Amino acid sequence: MSFWNFLINYRAEIFSRTLEHLILVAAAMLVAVLIGIPLGIALVRRPNLRRWVLGAANVIQTIPSLALFGFLIPVPFLGGIGARTATVALALYALLPILQNTYTGIAGVDPAVLESARGMGMTSRQILRDVQLPLSIAVILAGVRVAAIICIGIATIAAAIGAGGLGVFIFRGVAMVSNSVILAGAIPAALLAIGVDILLGLVEKKLTP
Amino acid sequence: MNTALGADGLAVELRNVGYRVDKRQIVSGVSFKVAPGETLILLGRSGAGKTTTLKLINRLLETSSGEIFVERRSQLEWDPIQLRRRIGYVIQDVGLFPHWTVEQNVAMVPRLESWPESRVRQRVREMMELVGLDVAKFAARKPSELSGGQRQRVGVARALAADPPILLMDEPFGALDPVTRAELQREFCELAARLEKAIVFVTHDLREALLIGTRIGLFAEGHLAAIYKPDEFLHSSDAEARAFVDSLGAEEGRERSSPKVTGRGRKA
Ligand SMILES: Nc1ncnc2c1ncn2[C@@H]1O[C@H](COP(=O)(O)OP(=O)(O)O)[C@@H](O)[C@H]1O
Ligand SMILES: [Mg+2]
Repeated sequence: MSFWNFLINYRAEIFSRTLEHLILVAAAMLVAVLIGIPLGIALVRRPNLRRWVLGAANVIQTIPSLALFGFLIPVPFLGGIGARTATVALALYALLPILQNTYTGIAGVDPAVLESARGMGMTSRQILRDVQLPLSIAVILAGVRVAAIICIGIATIAAAIGAGGLGVFIFRGVAMVSNSVILAGAIPAALLAIGVDILLGLVEKKLTP
Repeated sequence: MNTALGADGLAVELRNVGYRVDKRQIVSGVSFKVAPGETLILLGRSGAGKTTTLKLINRLLETSSGEIFVERRSQLEWDPIQLRRRIGYVIQDVGLFPHWTVEQNVAMVPRLESWPESRVRQRVREMMELVGLDVAKFAARKPSELSGGQRQRVGVARALAADPPILLMDEPFGALDPVTRAELQREFCELAARLEKAIVFVTHDLREALLIGTRIGLFAEGHLAAIYKPDEFLHSSDAEARAFVDSLGAEEGRERSSPKVTGRGRKA
């Protein structure tokens, strides 16, 4: 069966696996953004916490993805077989670039700007909302972008723990020794990554002051 | 009511103020008063504690000892945010918001204070004219589209926008080229004479101190050694004061034609 025939015959499954993949990544990214950005902001004022948190996030990043999925399976509440475990693992991978960039972006705001903001009577909240976030939004979004691309790639491994997604084709293709089947997973994953990269690039451009 | 506070309309008073970090005493035993219409210069070498003293006044730093009164109320009775909005603050690096236009930067405190928008706009226009910036030309620009001198003009306009009775300035003209600096110093003198603000102005440049100050407080190693009228300063026998006067002489000697230095000398 040629690749094109395969594509046509399996278009329904390719579509549903792509959707599964996307939902997995979106859920993980949502968790990572909701934790990573506030935590990154908090780290700016807490140098002690910073060492530990960035250190831990770095260590997680070095764990091979298949191993991380494996580790998580026996963990109560978060673990088990399926999409929930995969979401947790992906969120952990996405955390480092988001944390790192949020911290770097906020810490990089010109101290003279902060001094005048504080000296003129802005509250900490106003400074965060009107000064620090607008001035670091490009750097933060760049982190989100990197995290999303990483997630889309690593999410293909999620099929190994029964979380579905485009990885299903890749594992099946390897088992069947069929390039067509592997490509049916790999090509949509690559397109997804490119699409998300372009989209977030546009958002980044739009939000940059 | 604290009747011990002395002269009517006193804007800022420091009483025996000290500041310590860990075990290091950065500033100690500083006392002075500033009334509306006065410009008190804090003159001293770098590291003498001038910036620290300024930041104690608007509570960017907390005093370790002594007391500060702002508009005759103990600083501790003030909400720090309200206090800072009553005190204009101008620093050497200006610190304009790079993502805001000149108009937005100048309007910052009035908008924080929720002035009606029509009044904010009018005030921005007035302030830009006051510091010599053409509204039509500059209002919509970002700080990156301004020269150093123009930026500091915006910095001064921003500090004055909410009409604070007190102005703190930390080497505001220190980063400018000599020609622009002289221009802004001259204009600032006229402005200060007109505005009836209580101004505390930090510099390490005696020439600037003599030009702008109504009184000059000499800082050395965290202490306020003495406060002089500008003409007294030149004849002081204090060693640190002599060192400053000598440095002035050395500069003038080098430039051959010695420029005349005249103080404002009002209300000294
Ligand atoms: N946060 C700080 N921690 C420790 N030392 C400081 C701090 N800020 C300033 N200093 C020290 O305090 C002294 C006075 O500093 P500063 O007020 O900035 O002097 P000036 O403005 O007169 O140049 C300097 O010796 C400086 O090194
Ligand atoms: Mg200083």
